[in-house]
Amino acid sequence: MTTALAEERRDARADGAAPPRRRHALDLDDFSRDEITGLLDSADAMRELLRRSIKKAPSLRGKVILTLFLEPSTRTRVSFEQAGKMLSADVINISGSGSSAEKGESLLNTALTLQAMRADLLVVRSPHSGAPYFLARNLDRMGVVNAGDGRHAHPTQALLDLMTMRRSLGDLAGKRVVIVGDALHSRVARSDVFGLRALGASVTLCGPPTLLPLDLLRGGGAGVPAAGIPGVSVEHDLDRAIADADAVIALRIQQERQEAGALPGMREYTRRWQVTEARYRKAKPGALLMHPGPMNEGIEIASSLAHAPGALIEEQVTNGVAVRMALLYQLLTGEREGGEA
Amino acid sequence: MSAAICIRGARVIDPASGEDSVRDLFIRDGLIAGAPETPPDGAVTLEGAGLVASPGFIDLHAHLREPGFEDKESIETGTAAAAAGGFTTVCAMPNTSPAIDSAAVVEFIARRAREAGPVRVLAFGAVSKGRAGLELTDMEELARAGVVGFTDDGSPVATGRLMQAALLYAGELGLPVMDHCEDHSITAGLGINEGPTASRLGLAGYPSAGEESIIARDIALLSLVGGRFHAAHVSTAGGVEMIRAAKRRGLAVTAEVTPHHLTMTDEWALGAGAATAGVAAPLTAAAYDARAKVSPPLRSAADRDALAEGLRDGTLDAVATDHAPHTFGDKAVPFDEAAVGLSGLETAFGSLMSLVRVGALDLPALIARLTVGPASVLGERFAGLASLAVGSPADVVLFDPDERWEVDASRFASKGKNTPLDGLTLQGRVKATIAGGEIAFGGPAR
Repeated sequence: MTTALAEERRDARADGAAPPRRRHALDLDDFSRDEITGLLDSADAMRELLRRSIKKAPSLRGKVILTLFLEPSTRTRVSFEQAGKMLSADVINISGSGSSAEKGESLLNTALTLQAMRADLLVVRSPHSGAPYFLARNLDRMGVVNAGDGRHAHPTQALLDLMTMRRSLGDLAGKRVVIVGDALHSRVARSDVFGLRALGASVTLCGPPTLLPLDLLRGGGAGVPAAGIPGVSVEHDLDRAIADADAVIALRIQQERQEAGALPGMREYTRRWQVTEARYRKAKPGALLMHPGPMNEGIEIASSLAHAPGALIEEQVTNGVAVRMALLYQLLTGEREGGEA
Repeated sequence: MSAAICIRGARVIDPASGEDSVRDLFIRDGLIAGAPETPPDGAVTLEGAGLVASPGFIDLHAHLREPGFEDKESIETGTAAAAAGGFTTVCAMPNTSPAIDSAAVVEFIARRAREAGPVRVLAFGAVSKGRAGLELTDMEELARAGVVGFTDDGSPVATGRLMQAALLYAGELGLPVMDHCEDHSITAGLGINEGPTASRLGLAGYPSAGEESIIARDIALLSLVGGRFHAAHVSTAGGVEMIRAAKRRGLAVTAEVTPHHLTMTDEWALGAGAATAGVAAPLTAAAYDARAKVSPPLRSAADRDALAEGLRDGTLDAVATDHAPHTFGDKAVPFDEAAVGLSGLETAFGSLMSLVRVGALDLPALIARLTVGPASVLGERFAGLASLAVGSPADVVLFDPDERWEVDASRFASKGKNTPLDGLTLQGRVKATIAGGEIAFGGPAR
């Protein structure tokens, strides 16, 4: 049944003009193939800067970037900070503890205050899904970058995954990527899926039925129309899923999932879904093995693999800085390096 | 003493008598009157041509927030919102502070309602002391003070054992037990239906089973011990089906449904305009719209349509708003931290008219679910509130079923501006509300 209310909403949508130049980076779902490719090209160039002895370019001099991390993080926060500083932006870090958030000031008031200080960009990490969207629609001058929101999205992690894969595999169109583990609670998995889809790769999600967003992938229960995201499939058996894969991304498994009753036990999880050497051999020769970190070695990934030559886990960290440099550059200058003049 | 009122030439729809005819309607001394031989001096005339006059709407379920949460709503602003929405009777929920668990609070509410104006406020008492889910309230004392039923709304009746006792004890007093059917052992997140939209947004969902399991429990207990069970804000197709089956068995179960569950789906959390784009489409900055966060959550399109069918066939006796006003700050936070509920009294009728326009039910049936339906849930002694028979209390609403108007929440009489309908256009508008013979909203003076 189509109600009149639904019609009203369609009208409202039709009125919406084409989006202006990108001000926010909230998830990869609204990035086109060209935009991602341009960013990755730019990131490859930025990576060269990282190899120099003087790691500094003047591109973002006079720009102010704030990082607001309301959840513990080391690598992502430091990665953004380094990325900003290498491009000569002023980077100010605000953490949850010691900030006004602890005094009960709302996230909105904090963000409005920061905007009034004329910062150019807010990089935000929040335990609440959607917090960057909430900020983006309430801030009229300051751009917002999502550095991870709850279990929803982590677009810069996905960009660095894409960069890492592209540097090893070349064009990702037609490649098959397996994501193993707790995709339901994983913001990395969600963003990886959208980024990989944009570049034409297919994705198989593999894990226990209690830890996969099955209603999203297959359509919901009774009466819910089949939803699904084209090119994304589910396979619970890791041995089958991994066969002939071009890349494998193992996700961190959280101890609290077992406590919440979503898993029988770590021993059972390890037996069925750990990326072991034997399983890894079933993937394509030279297949990539990645992990967003921090790893539980011996749980989702065999210890022997975590440090093996094929594993790109440290490479991912380096690429993380480069890809964030590219993104900050694009958002704050409105130009695209490696793209049109 | 209220003046005499004459409504000229309106289409009079009175579900209690089955009347649907164009005529004049007279009000005198607070009651529906017969046609006078000569117009009384000082009579107020309301032009009714092109409009519909019906008994005033009765809302079984509104959060008036007073005492305790007057920054969200007061009885004065809540009843003004009711009048603006065509409601002449509202039932106040007991999740106030203190809860409505003593005669003193019931009497306080009655006094504040008298001071506020002519809209009739009826109170539901709490099932358990302090709504703590442990001990029954002094139900007979509350009944003598005037409560019309019992509920721990906002929370379910905490245990099956407590529900069993409540049905028995309230049943002996002739009063219904209204339950907010939510199984906390199943519901992980309050504000969004478990399904593709929740998964897309990375939010913990509240599946249909979280409602259905408590409806099943309560129906089983009702068939065990008797009494009267009223299911609050039914939101699921499965819930409708269980209630339909229980009614067929002759059990004393009644049920209500909200305008928002009848007209919106969980996709409204994606933000205005995104509902038809599907879950694979990119999110916009409008996503995570906390104004569409309600409890129980907005469900799927299939649930919405099953609710409309349940309303049409009478499985669902009444439309009730679950009017839940909140402050700006309660909603100006990330979705999973936002308060649940929407401010619904002033948009209920305009929303519901969309059901008539798409043919889900006809106008007299809709009016019945806003008048005789809720009156029957309250019991025989309230039948007069839903009747235009001569001698009935003069509770009347006059509305234009076709007028289009843009919702502007900033102009609500309610303190609660929290609605996802803000800025959208509804069709169907209340023009005047008369409660107890007094003009409570609209009319020639405005």
